[in-house]
Amino acid sequence: MFNCALTGPPLFYIWNGFLTFLFVLGLYAYSFQFQHGLVVTNLSDQVSWGAYIANFTFLVGVAAAAVLLVFPTYVLHREEVKDVVLLGELLAFSAITMCLLFITVDLGRPDRFTHILPFLGRLNFPRSVLAWDVVVLNGYLLLNLHVPGYLLYKTYKGEKPNKWLYLPFVFISIFWAVSIHTVTAFLYSGLGGRPYWNTAILAPRFLVSAFAGGPALLILVFLLINKFSKLQVSSAVQSMLEKIAMVFLPINMFLLGAEVYKEFYTDSVHTESMKYLFFGSHGHAMLAPYIWSSIAMSVFSMIIFFSPLKKNKVFLILACIMAILGIWIEKGMGLIIPGFIPTPMGDMVEYIPSVTEFFICLGIWAFGALLFTVLAKVAIAIQIGELREKT
Amino acid sequence: MEKKVAETMKQPIERRGFLKGLLTTIGGAAGAATAAGAVAKEVLPESNFSWEKFFQEHYKQMNSEDKERVFARIKEETKARTARDIEIKDPQPMDGVKFGYALNLSKCNGSRMCVTACVKENNQSRDPQIQYIKVIEMDIGTLNPEKGDMYYEGESVPKPGKFYLPVQCHQCNNPPCTKVCPVEATWKEQDGIVVIDYDWCIGCRYCMAACPYEARRFNFAEPSLPAEEMNPIQGYLSNRVRPKGVVEKCHFCLHRTREGKNPACLEACPTGSRKFGNLLDPNSEVSMILKTKRVFVLKEELNTVPSFFYYFD
Repeated sequence: MFNCALTGPPLFYIWNGFLTFLFVLGLYAYSFQFQHGLVVTNLSDQVSWGAYIANFTFLVGVAAAAVLLVFPTYVLHREEVKDVVLLGELLAFSAITMCLLFITVDLGRPDRFTHILPFLGRLNFPRSVLAWDVVVLNGYLLLNLHVPGYLLYKTYKGEKPNKWLYLPFVFISIFWAVSIHTVTAFLYSGLGGRPYWNTAILAPRFLVSAFAGGPALLILVFLLINKFSKLQVSSAVQSMLEKIAMVFLPINMFLLGAEVYKEFYTDSVHTESMKYLFFGSHGHAMLAPYIWSSIAMSVFSMIIFFSPLKKNKVFLILACIMAILGIWIEKGMGLIIPGFIPTPMGDMVEYIPSVTEFFICLGIWAFGALLFTVLAKVAIAIQIGELREKT
Repeated sequence: MEKKVAETMKQPIERRGFLKGLLTTIGGAAGAATAAGAVAKEVLPESNFSWEKFFQEHYKQMNSEDKERVFARIKEETKARTARDIEIKDPQPMDGVKFGYALNLSKCNGSRMCVTACVKENNQSRDPQIQYIKVIEMDIGTLNPEKGDMYYEGESVPKPGKFYLPVQCHQCNNPPCTKVCPVEATWKEQDGIVVIDYDWCIGCRYCMAACPYEARRFNFAEPSLPAEEMNPIQGYLSNRVRPKGVVEKCHFCLHRTREGKNPACLEACPTGSRKFGNLLDPNSEVSMILKTKRVFVLKEELNTVPSFFYYFD
């Protein structure tokens, strides 16, 4: 099995080597942060969360998107999705691993991580939403390790899986997927002192953006798998994902519009964050180009998804990339950062990630991609019958 | 050197400067490695890792023997680093006492002497500079701190047409900051003071996001404090020297106030606009102010129920 995970055609080595290089670069950058503290980031007392938490938030959505494959497979019994559902679950596993890494690098005292473990430390459960997040994220990690792990193991052994040992967990994971993104949204929306986040539609917005960006990411992943592996994902899966994107991309824009309306028509002092985001405020306008390009990208990808252009592979890939990038910007720079600008006492301090932060983020993304590549390679080999226990 | 490295590492990402940034990062890193031994000795760096520290219990779980051991260790470490003897106090909340602060906005002249006194008393890091008190310069006629200026400069205060609003931790009765802490590293004590166990905080900064008064500060770098400027009278939950990577905040100078003294900011105030005392004692000065003056709190709509009151007279 290790042989299968670590060997392959030259392109496999080049790809993995490239990712390992980026990961090591990230580790190197992190060693500095570990030594000097978060002073090597551009975070401040005013903007106390930045690139790490923004990426974390986005990736929780990626993990939640696995439910888009799990639900059709196990509840609607769509046979064609069954071939790829394990890959979706492994993608969720990789995404959650990255989430936990992003949380770890964000801690000022990573050496005290034991304090947050249930029973060992003093987990402030159920009062702190962050404690809930620790519980639901780790729970989801285990669910997405167990289900594909058990099914692949049984296939590897050439045995029939016992459905009582995985089906209950599948149904739990469907609810759980919704819960991880809801709890992550509640982290922000529960803070009365941050009016920009203190909105009831934050959790729905998070879920909708996950279901809008998720299909785009899955389409890209499956296109790559079709190209580079012997597993052929059926076109029915792709068209199902396209339909999901066509439903949720517009809803995502609608919910953003609802927020924009509420803020600007009310025009209270609390509108400052959104003013800053869209048009700049008090001479600071760093984020405005990002949010407008995010909207442009979402609209562009919607136009492709709704037109026959999507039959052209190049346009489809472009639409997927635009949808992912658009949502990544909206959830990161468009949601986390403006929550801190202006501060509750009216201070305007802008934030742009430092070189160190950039490389640490890149390193974590590379690690996630590496993890998924290796997991997917083994999973595909088992699924197409190349890898079996020798009897 | 440490500072220079930190500055190199925090250069913002820009498209054009990207490669340059990468190169300087690697260059700075190499420089840091060679100069690691040459850190100035007159500042107070946190001492190195030890298993004893790693396994140290939460303050509330320590019995008196544990506390003695921990306090002794802090004293030894400080002595080794600075050649100075310090006292670690752990005064407990008194029965029948709930502290409150009242600030007379008609008198405050924006001199910021409270800020300086607080930094000295509480051993805040001088570089990077950490301050617990913000003084906001506001136009007469508005009470919205978001419209004020906290970076005002100028030869003389008060300026005409302005008034000054000092803001520090409000020691809320319904504190959003303690609720969100995932590890219970911060809590409200019986006498109304919100404290932090600096040796338990994991540095997630969720409390900073939750505080509507921006009252919490984070140690982004190793706090630096010249040994001769260190205040040797230190409280475990208040002004002892903090490690890197944890959150700190105003604690009403509990090592002073629990022993009947006034907070350092009050003593430093040249106008007498600051009043401090026991809210449960009907004859205390703060109680009298609450009864007789027109008093208000900041952001009342958030239901944080501060123990920090403002008034005009």
